This record gives sequence, C-alpha cells and structure tokens, in this order.
Amino acid sequence: MIGRFLFRNIDVTTFVGLVVIIGVGIAVPLLNLYVPDTSPLHVPSYVVPLVGKYITYSLLALSVGLIWGYCGILSLGHGAFFALGGYAFGMYLMRQIGTRGVYGDPILPDFMVFINWKALPWYWYGFNHFLFAALMVVLVPAVLALVFGWFAFRSRVTGVYLSIITQAMTYALMLSFFRNDMGFGGNNGLTDFKDVLGFNVQADSTRGVLFFCSALALALGLLVSRAVIASKFGKVLIGIRDAESRTRFLGYRVENYKLVVFVLSSVMAGIAGALYVPQVGIINPSEFAPANSIEAVIWVAVGGRQTLIGPIVGAILANFAKSYLTTGVLASYWLYLLGGVFIAVTVFLPKGIVGTLADFTRRRRATPSGAEARTPNSTDMTTDAREDLPPSASNPAAAE
Amino acid sequence: MADAASLTPAVGLKNSMRALRRLLPLIALALALFAAASGAARADAFSDALPGFAEDSFSATDTALKAVATSGNPQAKAVIAALQNSALVFDSDSKAVFIKADDGTLLDPTTGKPAANPPSADNLQAVRLNNRIRGALDDALGALTLSSPDRATRLAAADTVFKSRQASAVTALKAAIAKETDPEVKRAMLDAEAAATITDTNAADADRVAAVNVIRDRADPDALALLTGLSSDPSQAVRDAAAAGVASIKNALAIWGVVQNLWYALSLGSVLLLAAIGLAITFGVMGVINMAHGEMVMLGAYTTFVVQAIIRTHAPWLFDWSLAIAIPLAFLVSGAVGVIIERGIIRFLYGRPLETLLATWGVSLILQQGVRTIFGPDNQQVGNPSWMSGAFQAGNITITYNRMWIIVFSFAVFILLLGVLRFTRFGLQTRAVTQNRSMASAMGIRTPWVDALTFGLGSGIAGIAGVALSQIDNVSPNLGQSYIIDSFMVVVFGGVGNLWGTLIAAMSLGVANKLLEPFAGAVLGKIVVLVFIILFIQKRPRGLFALKGRAVEA
Repeated sequence: MIGRFLFRNIDVTTFVGLVVIIGVGIAVPLLNLYVPDTSPLHVPSYVVPLVGKYITYSLLALSVGLIWGYCGILSLGHGAFFALGGYAFGMYLMRQIGTRGVYGDPILPDFMVFINWKALPWYWYGFNHFLFAALMVVLVPAVLALVFGWFAFRSRVTGVYLSIITQAMTYALMLSFFRNDMGFGGNNGLTDFKDVLGFNVQADSTRGVLFFCSALALALGLLVSRAVIASKFGKVLIGIRDAESRTRFLGYRVENYKLVVFVLSSVMAGIAGALYVPQVGIINPSEFAPANSIEAVIWVAVGGRQTLIGPIVGAILANFAKSYLTTGVLASYWLYLLGGVFIAVTVFLPKGIVGTLADFTRRRRATPSGAEARTPNSTDMTTDAREDLPPSASNPAAAE
Repeated sequence: MADAASLTPAVGLKNSMRALRRLLPLIALALALFAAASGAARADAFSDALPGFAEDSFSATDTALKAVATSGNPQAKAVIAALQNSALVFDSDSKAVFIKADDGTLLDPTTGKPAANPPSADNLQAVRLNNRIRGALDDALGALTLSSPDRATRLAAADTVFKSRQASAVTALKAAIAKETDPEVKRAMLDAEAAATITDTNAADADRVAAVNVIRDRADPDALALLTGLSSDPSQAVRDAAAAGVASIKNALAIWGVVQNLWYALSLGSVLLLAAIGLAITFGVMGVINMAHGEMVMLGAYTTFVVQAIIRTHAPWLFDWSLAIAIPLAFLVSGAVGVIIERGIIRFLYGRPLETLLATWGVSLILQQGVRTIFGPDNQQVGNPSWMSGAFQAGNITITYNRMWIIVFSFAVFILLLGVLRFTRFGLQTRAVTQNRSMASAMGIRTPWVDALTFGLGSGIAGIAGVALSQIDNVSPNLGQSYIIDSFMVVVFGGVGNLWGTLIAAMSLGVANKLLEPFAGAVLGKIVVLVFIILFIQKRPRGLFALKGRAVEA
C-alpha cells in the first residue's frame, strides 16, 4: 500500500529526476574507486564529499521547497532542522572516537574534558548506538517542528510573521549552541570524527557509500514529496497556499495540514544534516546562522519553487557557483553576484529556472494564448503564489 | 557599641552620628595637644628624624621618612620631594643631611636656606631608595598635600590616604580636617581618617568602631572592601561593627545595582528604538520586510566616518560638530538609497511580501560587499566628539556621556517622527495609505509617490540611527547584520503601524534583556527574550498594538 502511495503518481519529470539522482549516486563513487587515476573518467577523491555535500543541500532545498512552494510557508529557519539532524549524528560520531581523542577519555568527548566536565550529560546517553542516533536524527527536528508548528499554525501566524519567528528560532538556537555550557562543544562544535559504523570516515570507500546514501535519501525525499503533493492531501495544501481562509471555510483543518507537511519537511532537513556531517567532517553553531537558512530559500527561488526538481537544481547550481566563485580572483565579487541573483530571480524569474523553462516548453506546445491571468497588485498576503502549477509538476488527474 | 551587629541601617546612621559626636572631643583634644606642641616640639620630631636618612639602611630611611611625614614641619615636603628625586644627600663622614638644589647648591633641610658649611662634593652620597620606600614616599606626599591650597589636590590626597590606609597619616589628617572648610573635602578627609584608624590595630577599640561606622556611611564598593577585610580582626567589637557595616553596605549597593541596571536597560532600549524605528515605518506602511534595513544603518555610520575623515584633514576645529554635520548627510544618503531601492526593485514586488524579503536580502548583500570593497573589511575609526566622551558619577553609578546623549537623541528622533506623521501633509497621506491603500488612492493620494517617500523616510531614519550607533559600536560592513534581527523583534513585538508600540517594545525588550542578564548571563538572557517573543507572537500574532479593522485582514 505504501508502495502504491509512493509510486502511483510519478510523472515524467520526477521519474527522470529519480533516475539521474540514483545514477549519479552510483556512478560517482564507482568512477572514484574503480577507475584508475590516469583515466579521464576518474573522479578525484576531493570531488566525492564535495558533491555529496551539494546533494545534502539539495535535500534541504527540497524540504524548503515542499513547504514554501506547495503550502506557502516560508521558513527562514530551516537551517535549524538541518543543523539539529547534523548535531544528532555528530554526537554519534563523537562517541565513536573513544580513546582516540586528544585526552584519550573513553567516554567523554575532548571538549568536555577540556571544560572539566566529569560525567556525560544525560542527553548524550544512547548516542553511542547508531540506531538510537539515527532515530534522534529524525525525532529531534520532528519534535521541534511539531511543537513550534503546533503553536504557530494554531494561532494562525502566517506570512512574514511566521518567517520572522522561524528566523528568531534558529537565531536563538545558534546563540544556545554557541554556549559551552550546553555541552555541544561551544563554538568549535563537533569535529575530529574517526569512524562511522566501524569504517574510517575519511576513507574513499566510506565516502563513496555516504555519497550513495545521500543520493538515495534525496531520491526518497523526492519520491515522498511527489507522492504527498499529488495526493488529495497535497491538493488541500495547494488550496491553503492560494487561499488559506477559503480553505478553512470549506471545512479543512488548515493548521493540521500545515503541521503535517511542516514536520515532514523538518525530518527531510534533519536527514540531510545527518548525511552532511560525516562528509564535511564538522558541525558547528554557525550552521544555525539565519543567513544559512535564507541562502537555502534562495536556492529554492533560483531553481523554481513550484516544482520539486527546481529546488534540487537550484541548490546544485548555486553551490557549484559558490565553490567556483569564492576561490580565486572572483572571490570578492561573489556577494555581488549572490545579491544580484536574489534580486533578479525575484523580480524577473518569480518561477525560477525550472519553472520558467517549463512555462517555455508549454507555450511552445500549446497554441499561442494570453490565458495567463496575472494579478500583480494583489494585496492578499497568502496569495503570493499567483499561478497554477506548471504542467510538468502537476498531476494530469488534477485537471478533472 | 558591641551590639552594632544587630543595627538596622537607619539606627546605624543615628548611632554613627552619636559616635562621631562622642569622637569629637577626642579629636578636639588631639588638636589642642597638637597646637600646644607646636614650634619646638615640631622642629624636634623633624630634626630628630633627619639623621635616620644618613644611616644608609632602607629600614632607617623608612622610619625617618614616616617621622618626617608626620612631623608637620613646613620643610617636610621639601625633604620628601628631594628624597623622591634622589636629591637628598648626606655627608658620609659627618652624617649631616642636605638637600641638593637643581643648581647644585646644598640646602640645609631644617631651614631650606643654603647650608652654612657645605662639605666637599666627594663625600656626598644620595639616600638610596627601594620599592617599599617609593611606595611609602607616595603615601607621605599624599598626606602632605592634604594641606595644599588647591581643592582638587586636597581631595586627591584624601583619596590617596583612604586607599593606602597609612596609620601614620592620621596626625596630618586631623590637622587638615580642623582647617578644612569645604564640606566635600572634609567628608573625604574624615573617611580617610576613619580608614586609617580602622587599619591601625593599635588604636582604641571605641575609635575603630566609630571609624567603621563612618566608613559604613560611604556605602560604596571601596568601603565594602575595607570592611570585609576586617572579618578576621582581633577585636570582637570591631568585627561585629564591620559585619553590620558590610550588611548595610551590601543593601545599599544592591539598590544602586538595580538603578544601574535600569540605566543600562534604558540605554539598550534606546539603541533598539533607534535601530527599529525606521523599520517600523517601512514595515508598517508598506508591509515590506526590508532586510536591507541594517545596511541603511551601516551606511549612516559610514557617512559619519567619511564626514569625520574629511574634517580631520581639512578642518580639525570642526570636529566637535562632525555629528551635527553627519546627521543630515546620513539621512540624505540612506534616504536616497532607500528611494532607489523602492523605485528600482520593491515597487515591482508589491503584494508579494515574502519575495520582497528575498530581494532586499540580496540588496543587503550587495551593499555590504560594496562597503567592503570601498572601505575594506576592517573596523573604521569613528571618534567621539569631546562632548560625547567621558563620564560622570551620579550617586554610585557611572554615566557615560555617549550613552546619555544616545538616549536623548533616540527620544528626540522618536518625537520628531511622531510629529512628522501627525502634523504634516505627508504624514497624513502616509497614515491614510497605511490604513486603507485603495481608499487613499481613490481620494487622490498618489500612493506610489507616498510609498517611495515613506521608504526613503524609514531608510533615512535608519541612517540617522547609524550616526548614533557609530559612537558606541564598531563601524564595519557587518554593523547592520547585528541589528537586523533585534529590529525585527522590536517591530513584530510592538505591532505594525504603531510607533508607540515600537517605543514600548524597544524599552521592554531592553529592560527584559538587562534584568535577565545578572541571573542568566547575556547570551542566555537574549535566548529567553527570543523565546518569549516567539511565544508572544502565538498569543498576539499582530504584536502588542495591532491595527484593528478590515485594513489588516490577511
């Protein structure tokens, strides 16, 4: 039944996306591990965790796109869920270091020895078990999203107010995690990892597997998101996005719908964070910085928020550009470019790259018509998404 | 006096007055003796001490120094000053002591006139000093300057004695107190005398207890430190009195602490008000979340920097006016940038507030990087004009001038803005557009024009805030970032479209932050405030003072 739910509504774009993601997930580690250095097809070892990082960012972008593009919830604090997932998994990796730390304490991580703690705080218990840590990766962001969302949606905090309090949430978490007394390593965060499930976290083969896992998680996220938005539940979400009050008056419990999709999105972000940490090798409180969350929103806007492929494409493109442009002579122009992209995308490409391309192909296929109903001066805050889904992302069944 | 430990502060005060009165005859007696023993006696103590300098031993020098210092001889100061400058010499044969004047002539220390039969220069040897004696020298000079004609010097001298607690200075102090007419200086001298008496374990218990009570009435951290130091005193009565004194001082200091905290809170609140008030206008009128607001503040700060740089090179005498010149310029610079942003970007995005948020975030990145390219990433030096620097003491709290002027300034800006919105034609139009955009438009108000000017006004106010904040914060490209979240919190907490809400929100957040700080620490306090705001928004999604009616239906 779950299989039917997941696969029933796959359309061409999603299918192509899934194939590409899994394909890359398999190909990159293989080309790194089994193709000799001399071959032009060889993927250098530094590329694997780098692209792996982009893939986890894509999953974060997808989670933001799901709630923003399909439910009108603009979270400026999704980096918090990403970082919480990352910290949960980082705690597992810290416990795996054991006596190999600088101080050689079998139980306490180095930073706790350094600040002179004698015993492990209770909230670190259990993180030496992989399964417990994996559960926490899902549970911690989910519980935070549940509590936060339950309060916020029930009292109908919407639009910019919601954006601002999500930002306040991640800011408060950042300040908390910067404190040494929190027991999460203060501003150095968690780092110096050795093993994951007994395999050296630095080894090429481990990194290959982590890369594949990231791709798999992204594919799964895409599949679930697709299934959700194509279901009847998803139609209500789109209704909420376009006319929240109207949907409420039709008898739907708007807050419950929002809550479910918000929690789902936070779990996706948490898993992305958990996969990010072993590949990057560090997690510190700056991951909670409001600017990071806003950047994730930009990836979604660049790629196209009313599609599911868009956020993924946007995250990959933006991060490739960032890696390329923040090194070398162009480094000082990166912020100009990033800022310019923010402005250009919101003013000229409100649907993002993928959305605009989809429009373009649709217009080519259809007979020329001016059927697009634009209401640029609408003052209704919740209808900031003004148009229907582009056909590539919408379910043919939705037309009935 | 043995029951002093149980005294309440009020009774204690009365008691200490009584003690003082009881002490007065003693002082009078001492003074009478002192006066009677003038002339010969004074000269005796002084000339008896002098040979001590010639013994060429540090401890003898120290004893002699103390004797000279307390002798009250008019020549004592000259001798001590000479000792300090290594100009006090002695004849190694005759052990006679001389003061070597600047021109090399030897003076007789008892008279200050050139010596009658100076020995040959070969035999002369300077009195040697070590660190202990140098310290004793400072104390001795401190005691001697007590009789200086200059009021500030006397005050400083009394303070020096208070800090050094030289028992030997008591005699000099008593003399000075008798002559003193200035009440403040007299007070300081009495305190100094009490401090010296307390420390002197040879003094009579009654005197010391009385001195403890004098010190208690000072009720400042110095007094607390002094009395706390008595906890292991050999005398039970002194210990009890000191303990009572410590308790009463702690009480007084706690009250002052609250006052100080409230002052800090007011200061923080006024900074928040300055930073947020521009945002309150743009957000309130246009529903635009202007993420570049912090950068408008930054531009104002950099305008101040540029104005000061020009003044420094071209007209240094204008420096005290630099802020007055910078304020209108900062308003114009930030305001112009604001109008450009509104006309260039935001007007295409009306009705899409979330996208405005993203676009203005982009603007903020560009402005930050622009400033970084032009001025470099480092902090820029912005000076305080003379009337902004320094501090004064009000009771037990220190008030710095820059904080005080910023509080005054933020309220002035607030009132000015209130006036503009209330009494000008432009203000009327702005309020009309805030309350009902389409109706205002139907009435012939050019809403796009009002939008642009309102955005310019909000940005300009942010620029003015930047001038003020440049005085207390680092002027760097990141200046704006550190205020943007706080500004949002203030505006959201206060409610949109209501300046009074912004004022109350800024002040309550300032107070909350500063009152939490002593218990929770600065960071945790801030976290608690953030969580409180998040919860508050659940209760009142539109802030403290929300606009009512159809205009705000979302």
